Amino acid sequence: MILTNTTNYFAQLIDYLFEQMGLGGQILGYVIVAAIYLTFFAVAGLLLVYVERRVAAFFQLRLGPNRVGPWGLLQTIADALKLLAKEITGTERKDKLLYHAAYFLVIPAALIGLSVIPFSNGVQAYDLNIGVFFISAVSSVGVLGILFGGWGSNNKYSLIGGMRSGLQMISYELSAGLAILTIILMAGSLQMSEIINQQKDLWFIVKGHIPALIAFVIFVIAGTAESNRTPFDLPEGEAELGAGFHSEYSGMGFAYFFLAEFINMFIISAVAVTLFFGGWLAPFGITDSLPWQPLWGAVWFFVKVSGMIFLLMWFRWTFPRLRIDQLLTLEWKYLLPVGLLNIVLMAILVYYNIIL
Amino acid sequence: MSYIGNILGGIKTLLTGMKVTGGYFFPSVIGRKYTITRQYPDEPAIVADRFKGEVVMWHNENNEHRCTGCQACEIACPNGSIEIIWDRVLNEETGKKVKVIDQHIYHLGMCTMCNLCIQACPTNAIMWSTNFHNSTYDRSQLTKVLNKPGSKLMAGVEE
Repeated sequence: MILTNTTNYFAQLIDYLFEQMGLGGQILGYVIVAAIYLTFFAVAGLLLVYVERRVAAFFQLRLGPNRVGPWGLLQTIADALKLLAKEITGTERKDKLLYHAAYFLVIPAALIGLSVIPFSNGVQAYDLNIGVFFISAVSSVGVLGILFGGWGSNNKYSLIGGMRSGLQMISYELSAGLAILTIILMAGSLQMSEIINQQKDLWFIVKGHIPALIAFVIFVIAGTAESNRTPFDLPEGEAELGAGFHSEYSGMGFAYFFLAEFINMFIISAVAVTLFFGGWLAPFGITDSLPWQPLWGAVWFFVKVSGMIFLLMWFRWTFPRLRIDQLLTLEWKYLLPVGLLNIVLMAILVYYNIIL
Repeated sequence: MSYIGNILGGIKTLLTGMKVTGGYFFPSVIGRKYTITRQYPDEPAIVADRFKGEVVMWHNENNEHRCTGCQACEIACPNGSIEIIWDRVLNEETGKKVKVIDQHIYHLGMCTMCNLCIQACPTNAIMWSTNFHNSTYDRSQLTKVLNKPGSKLMAGVEE
């Protein structure tokens, strides 16, 4: 068994089915878990698109979608149905393999990233002992999909968008990694569940005071850049590139990129919450004595993640887009040196045990 | 030293921007304080008084209008949206024949809302209405007769 954690509900389900039905049951268990994650992927993606549009509207003194269903909640479902019904067209002389491989890369990259995130105590498909490292590794696979899409479209604007995206993701991966490392120094583990257990008494953002705060800021900036969101949305750059790497995709091809982008935002927020704000832990343990612990954990996790997502949306509707040289200056001249110094500072604090 | 100053200055300006947008967002969510969208069919639309919707002819409560049938608007109209059907009727008091309009026909479908007819009108008989519900299923419905049936000229307009 790969899934060893005994309190993992998904693992328990698969074990139970294995005992009941043998190998077939085990495979059925995996399929069920995969189906749960796919459902979550679709629902969260659609919900995030709705929330984004609604939040954007309120920032711009509009109302946003409010006609389809209660408060417009079904608007994105209607949009998805429309996209499903649309004809899939593309450029005539596209590189067919790369063009179609693109969305088969971005979607699994986002999905695999989801699999190691602990939604609650024991609600985690895959409690790897290198969870955080795994997420940052897998999220860089997504950039391959974007590069493929940009190249395969046989369109210069798509190509420029794809190259910009690659440039940006690879650059900012470094800073995000350094910010994660800062926290790993304090936690002493890469395992998601272990990192959360370490925060039982105090969240890391409080425990690591100054360096943790700096790491958080760096991680949020780098995470925004990695998920290709404004102010770092040069790959899309509506003004100069049409829609960038996905300008030649229609129907569901476009929707896949769109969903993957929003799920990436969710993953960035979830990792930030897990590393800095104690994941599914209740603040001050206020719900620890209540029944249904995993449910309360999920509630707190989603409340915290919503807060992080709102912060990212707030960034998006406030800051203007960076120029490419400003983007690189920010990364290589500011975030990276500060991140490196921050690691040294954290190492000193951990060595002399000055963390709270 | 300017390096750290740059970072702090950058953070300060970012927070200033977020304060501004947050100042719009939170009141919009809680009280719709700044929200300027009007959900038109449900809420009444706000139309400016100067909005040029269509040309109408003013009538008072006795079904009297101010149009003398001088045809200044018909001449002023650059694309022939206005046609006036008129007649000469004997005025019993003065014994003179005077021009009286039968129908003031206004083709809304051809009108460009250029305002020239209203400027040309010497007696302020026609004016702008702010009504914008002008769409119809048939183009013939866009041809309107501005004077109401049975209406006549208001006394004292011609002097």
